[in-house]
Amino acid sequence: MNIVTTSGPFTHKANSVQNTMATVLLALLPATAFNLYLFGWPAILLFTVTIASCVAIEAACLALANQPVKITLSDNSAILTGWLMASSLPPWAPWWIGLLGAVFAIALAKHAFGGLGQNVFNPAMVGRTVLLVSFPVVMTAWVMPHPLFSANAPGLSDAIAITFGGHMPDTMSAASALGYVKTELSRGIPVTQSMAQVSQVPDLMDMALGYRAGSMGETSAVLILLGGLFLLYKRIISWHIPVGVMGTLFLMGTLFHAVDPARFTTGTFHLMSGATFLGAFFIATDYVTSPVSKTGQLVFAVGVGLLAWLIRTFAGYPEGMAFAVLLMNAVTPIIEQYTRPRIFGRSRKGEPLPLPKEKP
Amino acid sequence: MKLFQIQGGIHPDYRKGQTSEKSIISMPLPSALYIPLQQHIGAPAEDLVSAGDLVKKGQMIARSQGAVSAPQHAPTSGRITAITEIPAPHPSGLAQLTIILEPDGKDEWAELPAPIADPFAADTHAIHDRVAISGIVGMGGAAFPSAVKLNLGTQKKLDILLLNGAECEPYLTCDDRLMREYASEVIDGARIMAHALGAPRVIVAIEQNKPQAIEIMTKAAASVSGVEVVGVPVQYPMGSERHLVQAITGRETPARKLTADLGVVVHNVATARAVHHAVRFGRPLLARVVTVSGGAIRNPQNVEVFIGTKVSDLVEFCGGFAVRPERLVNGGPMMGQPLPSLDVPVVKGMSGILALTAEEINDRPTSPCIRCGTCVTICPCGLSPVEMSAFIRKDNLESAAKLGVMDCISCGSCSWVCPSHIPLVHYFNYAKGELNDQDRERRKNDRVKTLVESRIIRIEKVAEAKKAALAAKKTVAPATPAAAPAPVAAPAASEPAPIAEEKTNA
Repeated sequence: MNIVTTSGPFTHKANSVQNTMATVLLALLPATAFNLYLFGWPAILLFTVTIASCVAIEAACLALANQPVKITLSDNSAILTGWLMASSLPPWAPWWIGLLGAVFAIALAKHAFGGLGQNVFNPAMVGRTVLLVSFPVVMTAWVMPHPLFSANAPGLSDAIAITFGGHMPDTMSAASALGYVKTELSRGIPVTQSMAQVSQVPDLMDMALGYRAGSMGETSAVLILLGGLFLLYKRIISWHIPVGVMGTLFLMGTLFHAVDPARFTTGTFHLMSGATFLGAFFIATDYVTSPVSKTGQLVFAVGVGLLAWLIRTFAGYPEGMAFAVLLMNAVTPIIEQYTRPRIFGRSRKGEPLPLPKEKP
Repeated sequence: MKLFQIQGGIHPDYRKGQTSEKSIISMPLPSALYIPLQQHIGAPAEDLVSAGDLVKKGQMIARSQGAVSAPQHAPTSGRITAITEIPAPHPSGLAQLTIILEPDGKDEWAELPAPIADPFAADTHAIHDRVAISGIVGMGGAAFPSAVKLNLGTQKKLDILLLNGAECEPYLTCDDRLMREYASEVIDGARIMAHALGAPRVIVAIEQNKPQAIEIMTKAAASVSGVEVVGVPVQYPMGSERHLVQAITGRETPARKLTADLGVVVHNVATARAVHHAVRFGRPLLARVVTVSGGAIRNPQNVEVFIGTKVSDLVEFCGGFAVRPERLVNGGPMMGQPLPSLDVPVVKGMSGILALTAEEINDRPTSPCIRCGTCVTICPCGLSPVEMSAFIRKDNLESAAKLGVMDCISCGSCSWVCPSHIPLVHYFNYAKGELNDQDRERRKNDRVKTLVESRIIRIEKVAEAKKAALAAKKTVAPATPAAAPAPVAAPAASEPAPIAEEKTNA
């Protein structure tokens, strides 16, 4: 009888990278589906183009690196990267935004570093950031919701013209709430006044549910929270990063709003707007680019929250989640070095614990 | 009783139901028994018999040699047919010197050492010696000679004998059945060991997934004093000595120390029963309970089997294979060793024989690490498997050692949980082996170096003594012609110079 004799353990948890990625995709589905409905055919087209580009570029990179293409593609990681990047794009952006983003995300941020597990920076956020810096106008052309099959929603042919023909109807553009408040502030209009503009800043309910202008997959805090809770339940992520990011952001917002309400927006507004929920639950929690230990994850998350608040409040960009995540990605190796768990039977410094003193 | 949290750990699929509700069955004598001279940690036993000898049941056929060793006994009466090398139950399948015994079917007992009438009046040495000559080793799998551990009381002040009935490995139920069916024997053995150790308390720790064992043991313990039975959380690797001590006492064993340094000695429940037999009846360790289980076994059960029975006979006794097994395992599925074949004997430390199907193993090709960090979260030793394995892959063992790879207990939790199916614990076992080899080599070199140095010093001393003698001679006999001693004196003078220098260095 021919028996294989490899070492143990001879049992394994029923899990795989493929399953993990698929679970994350499943968790993203409600929020994304809602947003695709909300922004209609142009969003669906861009979403498809982005993911398809990511998969195609991943395949090309694998082929170039002489790695097995089919097996590696089946790990779903390229789809997830494409999905997350698409979620951060303006829904009616032209097709080449998705393609170019995919090149930066997959070829530059992922495969140039050695492929899955080797990248320092979050690929989806690299893609988004490079696009934002290079094409600021296209990347901030938000639209108000045009739900599928509603009266003024573009049909499929209009959508093809928008996505592939570059015919962005001017009348439809809108500012994101974060962007609007920032612009108004730069014109000397206090936050308290701009926040009261119901036409520009949706009320808290609309912000939470997601009926507002914004990126293709991040407007609905409630649905993203639902997906996030699902991931927590499935133990794909732990509470440390989401709570760290949102807690810090909320705390900073609340604290400074209390000090000067005219200059600083509220903590709740920070939580509900922009990419906060998506960033906290799905972007900052990226395994590869965040620390492995729970302590490290907390440090990392507080850093992301702090940087996001700083950038939103003081920097030129209205939204800072992507930058914050990338900056913290860069320091992840350092955080990791200082946040290793204490070894059993040893002190934090690695010395064996002292023996307890003899009892008298 | 207040319990303490242990960090990390996993909750594998326990699959104990295949055997846990079936009584222990004794296996009839096979046609031949194969008793390896080494079934324990330490020096192999030295054979006392030769081919053709007739032996009786319980007769010592190989004696222990060295401080850490254990003797072997004939499990039944019969004739020694050969002492030869046959494959050992070790992953390598390397051959090992083994005594082959052909039973005569009479099962005639040899003259056994007299029972110790009142073990609680006997001194430590009497019990220690009895356990030593009875060939008892740790039966939880480690197979460390138990007598050596019973001596700890003479060196350290002990307050607890912790009886390990956690049985945290999936599939295995031999300790569970043993506690349910022989509770009083186990508790008596434990009390005898505690007496020998000078430990006033006995605590029996049983994982809560064995409620019947807890109930029966609690009842059995109620009739004696100083024995407590505690249900501990179901959390692999609860049965790890250091972790069990922490869960029960809250004391964390310092690295490179023994639990005995904290006043706790841990023994397995089956070992306690063997001690009971040795002390109360003079019977050496001749048989043990083995869990034969796994999806490929037709009739999984717990079998009391003579040491030296071929695993193939044991599997046959359990109905053989229902389907072709993907892996054969000696021990539990988490920390057990792969068996090279069925053609190996049952040894004292063998708690289980598992024949597992592909679905049970759930093996997959390894994929790249996605740094999910689960291995860090669940490591019961507080290590960072993800980082250590990255170093070991690059053969940077020193960095892995700095991260604590030598503190890894090889529980396999990290490998079990890894979504990329990276054989993490395999890397660590490799690193530990290599680092131990390097350490041994370094110590050997150091020893050679000190030997060489002391030789140089010795030669120098001799030369100096000679020179001094010569000088003394010179002063005594100044009449000798000056030219004659010069060639002798010259090398003598040139040689001692570096010696003097070296001596000041020393």
